[in-house]
Amino acid sequence: MYHIISIRDFEREDLDHLLDRAEVFETGRYTPGLLKDRLVALLFFEPSTRTRMSFAAALARLGGQSISVDSVEASSIVKGETLADTIRVVSGYVDAIVLRHPKEGAARLAAEFSSVPVINAGDGAGQHPSQTLLDLYTIRKSMPLDGIDAGLLGDLRYGRTAHSLALALSLYGVTLHTIAPTGLEMPVNIAVELRERGVEVVEHASVEEAIRELDVLYVTRIQRERFPDTASYYNVASSYRITTQLLEGVRDHLMILHPLPRAGEIDPAVDRTPYARYFEQARNGVPVRMALLHEVMR
Amino acid sequence: MSRKDTAHGLLVSPIRNGTVIDHITAGEALNVLRILGITGSTNECLSIATNVESRRLGKKDIVKIENRELRKEEVDRIALLAPQARINIIREYEVVEKKGVEIPRVIKGVVRCPNPGCITNTNEPVESTFEVLDKGLHCLYCDWLIKGNIANHII
Repeated sequence: MYHIISIRDFEREDLDHLLDRAEVFETGRYTPGLLKDRLVALLFFEPSTRTRMSFAAALARLGGQSISVDSVEASSIVKGETLADTIRVVSGYVDAIVLRHPKEGAARLAAEFSSVPVINAGDGAGQHPSQTLLDLYTIRKSMPLDGIDAGLLGDLRYGRTAHSLALALSLYGVTLHTIAPTGLEMPVNIAVELRERGVEVVEHASVEEAIRELDVLYVTRIQRERFPDTASYYNVASSYRITTQLLEGVRDHLMILHPLPRAGEIDPAVDRTPYARYFEQARNGVPVRMALLHEVMR
Repeated sequence: MSRKDTAHGLLVSPIRNGTVIDHITAGEALNVLRILGITGSTNECLSIATNVESRRLGKKDIVKIENRELRKEEVDRIALLAPQARINIIREYEVVEKKGVEIPRVIKGVVRCPNPGCITNTNEPVESTFEVLDKGLHCLYCDWLIKGNIANHII
């Protein structure tokens, strides 16, 4: 059975295959109703807008149907049921499970207890492989992934999307440029792992220093709750804000990506520049998730 | 036990049946017992010697457990703390088997994941599971890496 749990489980050819499939779905070169009569459980035990809706949209576009749980409060978890039991029961109703859960490793556990494929739609601060795939897909639509200079900006300590993207990009021989506020730097073990995978990791003190060398700038939200008070948050956040002035002299093909939602890291004026690709990135969630759903249920 | 010890009398008396764990890294005897799940409330009759002089290690610890022969997976857990340990299985005062310890590839239910957000630290029916790597123990659920003192995380 094919589960989608962590980006670490993928080899380069697996990623390439899924990205190729996403392209097929985006361009409409597929038989309609590929997942007709298939039923998927969307188990979201944590808030989500984009991920949940894009999985639902992807499934509907393939002719499948979904049943869902939208919060812990609305499920038997409040009665003390374990996730393992929930999964054992629900996997008897459906053909696949899409799971978001606040605990890290929840999807791995679910895969152990499920009789149908499980797709991880985010497990706490852990993995979120469908986000990483859509990030890769968005980049690959504009340029080959091999050997690019990719910048990761923002909360690189807790930001799971940045870790996961960095690991995936390590399969493509890229150079990673990290720019993070003090205290929110990339954890040492991840930086070590990236270097062991042959990636050159260059740390920068400021965005200004790095931005002209980049093909891709991946911006992540600096979370207010990580700071002791509002003033220190604004202090740091304002120094990591992407503005139109900052974009002077950058490479013509620079892509600015953001997993969204954004808090203030990117000035809305940047949205009107050709570098802003985050809304296109969000839209790519649908073909990428179509590819994932089809892959696990074909 | 070294010859020098024997000359001054045995530090701990021989056992009739059971297991002797010799050449434990000095100071790790109590942690070896923890990793084997042997605590003050279990029934085993134990003899423990710590910081015994050893020609090979300088100093070492020794643990004798009466009437219990350790299984392979128990023995291998010891390797995490004392990779040079030697296990002697004793029957009727005779050593019937001698073996070294092998570092296992995966350990289950021995070490608690230090990540409070890890699914193994909940009421779910799963055991903590770590892959043993050169750089530390890697949680197969949440990807946390335990470096350094493993003894602090023994369940």
